Amino acid sequence: MPSSDLFLEVGLSHYLVLSAILFVAGMAGVLLRRNAIVILMSVELMLNAVNLSFVAFSHYMGQMDGQIMVFFVMTIAAAEVSVGLAILVSIFKRYKEVNIRFFEHLKG
Amino acid sequence: MILSAITFLPLLFALVVLLWPNTKTLRHLALGLSIIEFLASLAMLAHFDSSTASLQMVERFTWIERFGISYFLGLDGLSLWLIMLTTFLTPIVLLGSWNSIQDRVKGFLVSVFVLQTAMIGTFLAMDAIFFYLFWELSLVPMYFMIGIWGGQRRIYATVKFFIYTMLGSVLMLVAIIYLMFMTQETLGTMSASLLDFYRLKIPFIGGQFFTLQTLLFFAFALAFSIKVPVFPFHTWLPDAHVEAPTPGSVILAGVMLKMGTYGFLRWTIPLFPEASEYWAWLFMTVGVIGIVYGALVAMVQPDIKKLVAYSSVSHMGYILLGLFTFNQFGMTGSLYQMLNHGVSTGALFLLVGMIYERTHSREISKYGGLAGVLPLFTIAFFIITLSSIAVPMTNGFIGEFLILLGSFKAEKAFAYVAVTGVVLGAVYMLWMFKRVFFGEKGELVKDEHHPLHDLSCREICVLVPMVVMVFWMGLFPNHFLDFSKASLDHLVADRSNYQLAIMGDKAEVKAATTAFNKAEASQ
Amino acid sequence: MSHQTLMAILILSPLVGFLINGFRYKKHSAELSGSIATGAAVISFIAALLMVIDLIGLPPEERKIIVHFFDWIAVDRLKISAGFTIDQISAIMVLVVTGVGSLIHLFSIGYMHHDKGVAKYFAYLNLFLFNMLLLVLGDNLLVMFVGWEGVGLCSYLLIGFWFTDKEKAAAGMKAFVTNRIGDAAFLLGMFVLFLTFGTLNFQEINHMVPTTSELTWLAPITLATLFLFIGATGKSAQIPLYVWLPDAMAGPTPVSALIHAATMVTAGVYMIIRLNPLFLAAPNTMAIIAGIGGLTAVMAASIGMTQWDIKKVLAYSTVSQLGYMFLACGVGAFGAALFHLMTHAFFKALMFLGSGSVIHAMHEEQDIRKMGGLRKYLPYTHLTFLIGWLAIIGVPPFAGFFSKDEILWQAFHSPRGHWALWAMGALGAVMTAFYMTRLMALTFWGKSRVPKETHPHESPWIMLLPLIVLAILSAVGGWVGIPHVISEILPGQPGNLLETWLEPVIKSVPGVAEGDPTQEWSLMGVSVTLAVISALLAYHFYVRDPSKPKKVAESLGKFYELVYNKYFVDEAYFGWIINPLVSLSKGIWYYIDVNFIDKTTYVVADLVRGGGQFVRGVQNGNIQQYAMYIGLGVVATMTYVLMR
Repeated sequence: MPSSDLFLEVGLSHYLVLSAILFVAGMAGVLLRRNAIVILMSVELMLNAVNLSFVAFSHYMGQMDGQIMVFFVMTIAAAEVSVGLAILVSIFKRYKEVNIRFFEHLKG
Repeated sequence: MILSAITFLPLLFALVVLLWPNTKTLRHLALGLSIIEFLASLAMLAHFDSSTASLQMVERFTWIERFGISYFLGLDGLSLWLIMLTTFLTPIVLLGSWNSIQDRVKGFLVSVFVLQTAMIGTFLAMDAIFFYLFWELSLVPMYFMIGIWGGQRRIYATVKFFIYTMLGSVLMLVAIIYLMFMTQETLGTMSASLLDFYRLKIPFIGGQFFTLQTLLFFAFALAFSIKVPVFPFHTWLPDAHVEAPTPGSVILAGVMLKMGTYGFLRWTIPLFPEASEYWAWLFMTVGVIGIVYGALVAMVQPDIKKLVAYSSVSHMGYILLGLFTFNQFGMTGSLYQMLNHGVSTGALFLLVGMIYERTHSREISKYGGLAGVLPLFTIAFFIITLSSIAVPMTNGFIGEFLILLGSFKAEKAFAYVAVTGVVLGAVYMLWMFKRVFFGEKGELVKDEHHPLHDLSCREICVLVPMVVMVFWMGLFPNHFLDFSKASLDHLVADRSNYQLAIMGDKAEVKAATTAFNKAEASQ
Repeated sequence: MSHQTLMAILILSPLVGFLINGFRYKKHSAELSGSIATGAAVISFIAALLMVIDLIGLPPEERKIIVHFFDWIAVDRLKISAGFTIDQISAIMVLVVTGVGSLIHLFSIGYMHHDKGVAKYFAYLNLFLFNMLLLVLGDNLLVMFVGWEGVGLCSYLLIGFWFTDKEKAAAGMKAFVTNRIGDAAFLLGMFVLFLTFGTLNFQEINHMVPTTSELTWLAPITLATLFLFIGATGKSAQIPLYVWLPDAMAGPTPVSALIHAATMVTAGVYMIIRLNPLFLAAPNTMAIIAGIGGLTAVMAASIGMTQWDIKKVLAYSTVSQLGYMFLACGVGAFGAALFHLMTHAFFKALMFLGSGSVIHAMHEEQDIRKMGGLRKYLPYTHLTFLIGWLAIIGVPPFAGFFSKDEILWQAFHSPRGHWALWAMGALGAVMTAFYMTRLMALTFWGKSRVPKETHPHESPWIMLLPLIVLAILSAVGGWVGIPHVISEILPGQPGNLLETWLEPVIKSVPGVAEGDPTQEWSLMGVSVTLAVISALLAYHFYVRDPSKPKKVAESLGKFYELVYNKYFVDEAYFGWIINPLVSLSKGIWYYIDVNFIDKTTYVVADLVRGGGQFVRGVQNGNIQQYAMYIGLGVVATMTYVLMR
């Protein structure tokens, strides 16, 4: 019975699995990629994965809190991207480089 | 108030020196201040009541209430003479370094005064944390003294000195904190007071290393052993001494090494009586090894200062041996030998410094025939040599005799070995004396471009007090020992259940006796 | 004057002299410095004399003047007072020390006339006298020890007086260190005594000694006396610690007379006599003392027969004579030991000063092969030396005869004695007669072998006066101890004054039998005859037939070499003890200190540093890696939480 449900009907676990996949993909991008812009995009991906799970929970539990939280996350994501891109642009202007391995002045 | 004054006056003096605008009169100022400090300590001596073993002139204020840490100073017969030694040596050191320290005079003088506060505080503090504070504080000025005004390998020496001493004291800190928790368990409130520590009954099981009292005992003993220094931990000493400037060597040998032996006397032995007794053989053995080993190694040193440094290892071995005899003779002898060593080795370092100022070399083989060129210097050196090899009528004899007698009473085998130190001491000192002062004139002595000048008035002023002390302490030891007799009697007699009362404090006496009775009843 | 003041003057007068001369150490006037020092010594002598006169006034059993100055050390049961005693034993000793000491001070004024360090010399000499008085007069072992070490110190200073000569400085050091070995044993002896009796006071110890003798070796009294005896072998130059004394001749000759013949070296004997009841209670120790004494007497005398340096001959003679004194102590004849100590002080001081006069005349030449026939140049010196010679070889009625004869008789007769000990003593006496006659012959008699450029001259009166006084004492000094067998046939029967005087303070050996006069006479006859024959033989060898000694020496071959080189004892000590010790010290310094302890700490430091390097690699500043650690941490935590 549950096995047939899994394929016939789209339920909470499908959303959560998708969200997890997106989150891990985003995280892998953050940890492994060198290009700062890609890293920023990956951060966006992770945030959206979280958004997805918020919305899914909200829908299945019948509460609006999760969807409200998504607005907060989206606003913050927008702010973060704009600040992050601004920093990146100014760094690029100065060093002509977006590879983060290049910026290792703090390395001991 | 007097103890606080004695302890913190030097710190104030350091501040005065720091703010003093005129660099030319800086030395005079410092000398004057240190003499004031010495006079203050004489006033303390005059107020001292030698008839009691209790703590005197106590000053006690709560400092950090939660942990029972207090500002707690107290004086008794064990610490009295060490403080006098400190205040006595400081003006002499300042006068002795008049010419040898030329750059950064201000910094040097500040270091000396801060060091003096640290040393006096170590001897006076009766609160474990307070004690620890001074104990560690003393490292800092000495670190700079060696590191800034030292010789060629000064950085190596000063780091070695610092790390060695630090290593031991950290373990001691752990032990202190453990003891504080124990006071919380047994007395209800946490306390860092030494007097409360004395009240603790610390379980002891002989034959096992990993038992409470043994571990605590070794934590303290290691810190003190490194400071003394006891045989396998002694290698920092020759390096530190050789690299240190003369005043640094004098203070290091004269007072700082005694912080270790004083620690044994004040902390280790009364706090952990059973463990001390059980492990006495170990400490007597390393003491005896130190005596013979130090003397043998001193014998073959090519450098005068290193020779004196190794002779310190030998002399400190005597002190350790005496401490662990646990009888009146050995312990009195040890206390006395601490003072003797301060005077005689301090003076030896001053003398080596004086000759170094003239020739800029300490190599024995380059000297020879000095006696014909510098008669006064030779006389002074010879008298101090006599004190160092413990010829009767000098101070060294009293100490060595009592220690050997005590160890003979406690355990004959140790005395039989230690007595060879009497012979070896004469061998290394006189051999050096022969090579430096007798025979044909050496290359440095006959150098016509640099004729050597005999002692100046200033140097005579430095040495005369030392020589006077050598004979005074040798001829009238009772003038000194009478002050410490009550405390030493108390320590020897009541070692297994040592309590220290505060003079004039009835509640304290009562508390001590009730704690004692409780302990008796519980047994 | 009260006894306290007198005692203070007696002891402190040389100290004051030392301080005065010490502060004017740069001055060159021998007359002034010498007068100050001699004055100090004479004042001491007069004070001592006054005290001894008072002592004689007391009834025999109460002859004891005790003066207490202050408490020196007081720790627990150990209460040492700076107290001094004059009794029958110390009275003799103090008179000898200050009396002979004054004469030698006087002699020094002439002898040291041209020396630059003359004020320093007299300061040391006074300091020595002060310490010797502490040693003699101290009423407990510790005060005696103060003097005991003090005289060793002065001996060190005076042997190395001409310190620019490396050899001389080394001789001084050798003396001090050898003495120190003895002193260490002395300390141990004091410890045993203190722990046994609870005191170090002579009177108290002698009172408390049990009447029964100890028979085992490790019993406290035997142990203590053995240690004290080792101390005595150091100070009094006995086997095995005698090696320093011949080298000590590096010092100025009057010093050799005062310190290394008359006074300091007898300190060991004096100490044993002081504690005679204690030593009597330890028969084992006594046997060892007698054996060592006899052996030293023979061995040193045999070396003395081969030496060419006038002072070395006298030095070995001193060692040998000290051996006699120990032999006497060992057989329980403490009175005889003290008697010989006194007469020896007279004639040996005389001979050393005489040799000083010769050396002075010969312009610092000490080799007797370059002397001979000095009789005509130095008539007074020769005459006084002759009396010393007669005294030491034991010709009656000179001083040495009585004391040596007493020792030999006691060695044979005493219950602790043995015929072998007598034989050793007699053999020593024969050899003494030989080498002393040899010395006389080579120095004063026969043909002159003096180099042409040297013009010997008689010494000034200031040096001759002490010689004459000592010669008189060497001649008549023995008459205070005439043995009973001789006393009986003398007019007026003077009796043995010394024995009567010492009777209350010297315990006799238990079980001593009445002597057989015939036996005593015959032993006396035998030893004197042998000595005279030996002296005649030496005279024949060195005056009549000077080629003979060489032939005899060649016929002895290796054995002569052995004796001439002093049995290679110095070489053995250096080869087997001193050099290995120095190498060992260098070894432990290099291998243990520098290479083991320091290297071990370096290893520990390297471990700490290595650990730091490893941990440091984690913190590389790469934010992505940090984030990965965070991620891994989260995963690990989650896993832990979920799997629990």
